[in-house]
Amino acid sequence: MNKLWLIIKREYLTRVKTKAFILTTLLTPIGLAAFFAVVVLIFSYEGDSQRIALKDDSGIFTEKSIKDSDRAKFFVRNEPLDELLDTYKEKNYNGVIHIPEKVANPGDEVNVTFHSDEQISATTKVFIESKMASRIKDYKIEQSGYDKKKIESFKTRVKIKEKGTTGEAKDKGNRAVIATILSMIIGTIMLMVIAIYGQMVMRSVMEEKVSRIVEVMISSVKPFQLMMGKLIGVGGVGLTQLLAWAILIPGLLFLVSLVMPMDPSSMQDMNTAGVEMDSEDMESIIFQFMETLASLNWWYIIPVVMLFFLGGYFMYSAIYAAIGSAIGDDLGEGQSFAMPIGILQTLAFYIAIAVVQNPNSPMAIWASMVPFFAPMVVPARLAFDPPMWQVFLSLFILLVTSVLLVWLSARIYRIGILMYGKKVTFKELGKWMFYRG
Amino acid sequence: MNILELNQVVKTYENHTAVDGVSFNVPKGRIFGLLGPNGAGKTSLIRIITTITRADAGTVLFNGEPLGASHPEAIGYMPEERGLYKKMKVGQHLIYLAQLKGLSAKKAKEEIDYWFQKFDIEDWWDKKIEELSKGMQQKIQFIATVIHKPNLLILDEPFSGLDPVNTNLIKDEIYQLNQQGTSIIFSTHRMEQVEEVCEEIVLINKGKNILSGLVKDVKNRFKENLFEVKFEGELPVDIEDKFRLEKRTNDSLIIKINDDDDSNNILQYLVKNNLHIISFKEILPTLNEIFIKQVEG
Repeated sequence: MNKLWLIIKREYLTRVKTKAFILTTLLTPIGLAAFFAVVVLIFSYEGDSQRIALKDDSGIFTEKSIKDSDRAKFFVRNEPLDELLDTYKEKNYNGVIHIPEKVANPGDEVNVTFHSDEQISATTKVFIESKMASRIKDYKIEQSGYDKKKIESFKTRVKIKEKGTTGEAKDKGNRAVIATILSMIIGTIMLMVIAIYGQMVMRSVMEEKVSRIVEVMISSVKPFQLMMGKLIGVGGVGLTQLLAWAILIPGLLFLVSLVMPMDPSSMQDMNTAGVEMDSEDMESIIFQFMETLASLNWWYIIPVVMLFFLGGYFMYSAIYAAIGSAIGDDLGEGQSFAMPIGILQTLAFYIAIAVVQNPNSPMAIWASMVPFFAPMVVPARLAFDPPMWQVFLSLFILLVTSVLLVWLSARIYRIGILMYGKKVTFKELGKWMFYRG
Repeated sequence: MNILELNQVVKTYENHTAVDGVSFNVPKGRIFGLLGPNGAGKTSLIRIITTITRADAGTVLFNGEPLGASHPEAIGYMPEERGLYKKMKVGQHLIYLAQLKGLSAKKAKEEIDYWFQKFDIEDWWDKKIEELSKGMQQKIQFIATVIHKPNLLILDEPFSGLDPVNTNLIKDEIYQLNQQGTSIIFSTHRMEQVEEVCEEIVLINKGKNILSGLVKDVKNRFKENLFEVKFEGELPVDIEDKFRLEKRTNDSLIIKINDDDDSNNILQYLVKNNLHIISFKEILPTLNEIFIKQVEG
C-alpha cells in the first residue's frame, strides 16, 4: 500500500506541477470568461448614434416626436423636403425621414421614406419602424378618445409554468432550455476529460516501456501496483482540473456579469425584435435562469457525475494502459488498437446528444445501461430528472464493468510491459490474459 | 551460507523453454558470473531472481527463504537496457527509486549525498535526466541500483556503453561493495571482463546449466596440460623425443605433458641442459575459449 501511494504521488505531482497543466487549468476559465465578456460587449454595442431629420407632413410627429435613445436621435425640421434633402449632410444628419401628409389618417399600414446615402442597419430600421408604430398607436388612441391607460390594461402577458405530475409537483421553471444547455456542457466535458486523461495514461505506459524504466520499476513493485498507481495518479490530475474548473468557471462568469451591467436602454432595444419585453422582463429571465440552476439538486447531481466520471475514466484508461503496454514505441500499431476506443467514445458522445433531445425515451434508457456509453449519456440526462433507479442501475453496471476491465487490462499490462519486438494482435492480447505471472 | 539457491528452475514462454531445469548456488559475498550467449536464458533467470516474473517450476531460495515479496528490497538490479524517467530531476528520481526499495526520504537523501560526493557530481541534483549524457545517466542508474545497500547486486552488462574511465570507476565501486559484504551476480557475454572480476561462474546455454564452479577450478578442469617456457640457450637435440612440443621458437617453447606427469620435469630437464630459464608458466584456457568450446561443441 505504501508503494502504491508513492507511485500515485509521483504520477500526480509530476503532472500537476508542469507549466502545461497550470496554464490549461487557469487559461480555460479565463478564456471562457473573456469570450463571454466579448459577446456581451458586442451585443451591447450600439455603434454611432444616428442623427435623423424628421420632415413631418402629417403633424403626428411634430407635436410629440420619437423619443431619443443612444441608438438614434430625431430632429423635427420645417424646411421644404427638397431643401432638406440637399442640405441634410451639412447639417450633420445621417438621413431624412419624410412622413407624408396622408399618414395623418393612418390605416393598418403606413409608408414613410428614409432618404439617405448611407445604408442603415436592419436593426436600426426595425427600431425606427417600431418607435413610429408605437407613436402612431398612441395617436390613434388619442384620436379615438379612449382612455390610454384603459387600453394598455387590455394587454396581457402569458407565462407558462412547468409542473411535474409524479412525485413532488416541483415547480420546474424554464427547465427545458436550461437543462439542454447544461446537459450538452456536461456531456462534452465528460467526453473530453475521459479521452484526454485516458490517452495520457496510454502515453505514460508507452514512455515507460520505451525508456526501459519499466524493468527497474517492476523489480521493486508489482505490475498491478504500477498500473493502478498510474491510473489513480492521472485520474487525480483530471479530477483536480475538473474541480478547479467547477469553481473558476462559474466564479469568473459571475464576476464578469457583475462588472458588465446590462444597460436598460439596450434592453429597450430588444423591442425592435417586435417582442414586447421591457427591462424588467429581461432581468426576470436571467433571474429565472439562476433560480432554475439553483433549484437543480446539486447535492445529488455533483456526486453522481463524479461517480460516473470515475467509473468511465477507470474503465477507459485501463483499456488504454493495456493498449499502451502492448504497443510500446510502435505508434503505427497503436493507431489500429486505439481507434476502436476512440470510436466508442465519439459514439457515446453522439448518443448523448440524441438522448438530450429525448431524455426519457427507450433509446436513452438502453444507452444508459451500456457501460461504454453511460459516462456520457447518464450525466447528460441528469438535468432532466431521470428515474433514480435507472441512474443507480447504470452506475452499478458501470462500476462492475470497470472493475472487470481494470482486472483484465492488468493481466495484459503485466505481460505487455516486458514484451519487446513481438508483433501484437488482438489474439495475442487475448493469450496474455491467461499467462501465468 | 548461500545468498541464492536455485533448484531445477523452469520457465517456459508459449512454445519456448527459456530456462530448462537450472540449478546453482551463489555463496554469500561472492562475485558470481552468470554467463552465456545471447538468447541463452540469462535474462529470464535474472527476471525470476528479481521477482519480475515467477518460475513455472523449481525453487529459488534467498538467504535460505523461498523468494518472496519482501526480498526485492534486499536486491539491487541494473538491467542491460538502462532506463530512467527523462523528465524527472536527478535527485527527485533517486529518492523515488530508493523509497520504492523501502528507504525513507530522509535516508535516501543522505545516501544520495554520499554517492554524489563519491562521484564528484554534487551539482547534478536539479538537472533533468534528459540533460545528462549516456555515461552520466548510467552513473545515476548505478547509484539507483546500490543506494538501498542491497545484500545481492545483479548487474546485467554493467559496462556496456561506458568509456574506460567510467568502466574503471564502476569496477572499483563493485569491488568496494563486495569487500563490504555485498554478493554480486555479474551477467555478461564479455569473457575478458569475467576473468578479471568473477570468482565463480555458471555458464548457461539453451536454458541449461552446462558449466559451473570457481573460475580457477573451471580453468583447471579444461586445462590441456600446456606449459610455456621462455629461455636463453640451445635446446638439446632430443627434446622432441622427451616432450611433445606444440610450438617451438629460438627462445620459447610450448610443451604438452600427460595428466600424470609433473611439470617440474620440464624445468629440471632444461636446467640440466644448461638453458637459462626466463619464464615458465602453465597455459590455462581462457574462459572465452572454454565458452566457445562448450557452446559450440
